[in-house]
Amino acid sequence: MASMFENSSILRLKPLGGIKVEVARQSGCGTSGGAGKSSCGSSDGPADMPPEIWEKVKNHPCYSEEAHHHFARMHVAVAPACNIQCNYCNRKYDCSNESRPGVVSQKLTPDQAVKKVLAVASEIPQMTVLGIAGPGDALASPQKTFDTFRQLQEKAPDIKLCLSTNGLMLPDYVDEICKYNIDHVTITINMTDPEVGAKIYPWIFYNHKRFYGREAAQILTERQLLGLEMLTARGVLTKINSVLIPGVNDQHLIEVNKAVKARGAFLHNIMPLISEAEHGTVYGLAGQRGPSAHELKEVQDACMGGANLMRHCRQCRADAVGLLGEDRSDEFTLDKVEQMDVVYDLGKRRAYQQKVEAQREAQVAAKKAALLAQGVDDGMKVLVAVATKGNGKVNEHFGHAHEFQIYEVSATGTAFIGHRRVDHYCQGGWGEDDVLPSIVTAINDCHAVLIAKIGACPRDELKEAGIEPVEKYAHEFIENAALGWFADYRERVAKGEIVHQVRGDAAIRQGAYLAA
Amino acid sequence: MAYKIDDTFCTGCSACEPECPNQAIYEKSGMFYIKPEKCTECIGSFDEPQCVSVCPVDDTCIIDKSYPRYVAA
Repeated sequence: MASMFENSSILRLKPLGGIKVEVARQSGCGTSGGAGKSSCGSSDGPADMPPEIWEKVKNHPCYSEEAHHHFARMHVAVAPACNIQCNYCNRKYDCSNESRPGVVSQKLTPDQAVKKVLAVASEIPQMTVLGIAGPGDALASPQKTFDTFRQLQEKAPDIKLCLSTNGLMLPDYVDEICKYNIDHVTITINMTDPEVGAKIYPWIFYNHKRFYGREAAQILTERQLLGLEMLTARGVLTKINSVLIPGVNDQHLIEVNKAVKARGAFLHNIMPLISEAEHGTVYGLAGQRGPSAHELKEVQDACMGGANLMRHCRQCRADAVGLLGEDRSDEFTLDKVEQMDVVYDLGKRRAYQQKVEAQREAQVAAKKAALLAQGVDDGMKVLVAVATKGNGKVNEHFGHAHEFQIYEVSATGTAFIGHRRVDHYCQGGWGEDDVLPSIVTAINDCHAVLIAKIGACPRDELKEAGIEPVEKYAHEFIENAALGWFADYRERVAKGEIVHQVRGDAAIRQGAYLAA
Repeated sequence: MAYKIDDTFCTGCSACEPECPNQAIYEKSGMFYIKPEKCTECIGSFDEPQCVSVCPVDDTCIIDKSYPRYVAA
């Protein structure tokens, strides 16, 4: 359906909420899809998207899979109020031991938030993106949100601003969003069918009134889609977050994908439900489970060719600071920031960003060379796990990895599939044998794990589980390493040294990312 | 005559503060409170008390029984 419009620059949509909208087509990154195209800002870089879009996403870790290796984001929690209730969220508990996504331990006023952002940006030149993402809804407290953005636009004009919203109030604030050059907006859309919505949202607060069940979901979906259309028409890049809730919206998300793609969504991020009884959410208490890695990938794969899928989301805490998968927020608590003498050095920040440009070019060239070395495509596809601490390289010790990045490799290329959080295996120099089985479970669908180094004990246990530990590609670019290993693997299969076997499913670790 | 906020339940999310038609809600060290002399239970302003409707935690904004119910002038 969407492909019909691929070449037209204007898309006419069914009027929503009685308002007719003409939507300029957002020709995002490679909307034509194709094999291996799993995410935006793929390693092919600028070649597969118009230059003005590349300029917007290239340094944004949440919008560009490639940028997330190099650039950092931070979130400030200035807008804790919310106007809808979700069954996967519980606003009651909020402590520093929290491990649910979107939770925060310190609320900030707009002035405090601005000071914190300037302090972090001066200290960490990788910090290119500032988001207001909760807890709560950025547009349920519009004054606090926009006051923060206004000040930052004046004081740190090179920082990209973005916000995250449930979309209920979005149509009312599109003008304001454009006024502060906010060029990235994330909308959480879990359904377009009110029947499904009634199982996710008990109520919404809208026009001074509470609405429940189906009626609430109907208003919410109309407002979300209208807001999305309006942003697309104004050229604002949008990311749609969807929480995959098995048995509630798993198959329905394919419809959601079509609906948001048709309205110009730039990225679609399908995330697993995080649900534990101890979180005290409706789902957690009712025993609603989250999806397995295989279930998540199945829905993501079914959506390929729809809006560009984002698979590198780390489901960060709302006050996270740092690269995705890293949290340095403890260094920038309110007390510490108050005492800092902040000098905003634009020159230092630009120099770092130029260094990254050069590194990216090397990475793209290395991948091209590795692809040329591949044999004939026989359709074989396998997953490999990679231990990395950034810069797009295989450069982390197995025992120090707190997450593994998962790539799907075939003779035609590599595709980033996602990440798996694990507990550290190595604690103070000693391997934790209790932890190893959970790591094996987390990457059980992989044929190999690429690491910078690994100890003898976990090496043997991984082999026993059928996962090949590979140190040979230490400090090489990830995609290059994955393709190199794959060529070698196929050669060994062809020679009869090993037999190619299909791997099983893997488990998704619960809890938001909290760096140790 | 007024609603009050049960501070054992209040999460300090601030959702109620801007919804109050009488500016009766204020923040004190991260928690929110209602000035009883300003609260009209939203009578004459809205069909339902706004703080009750927007609050994410049920039974947090409750009638303060130490005051008689509000009667519109």
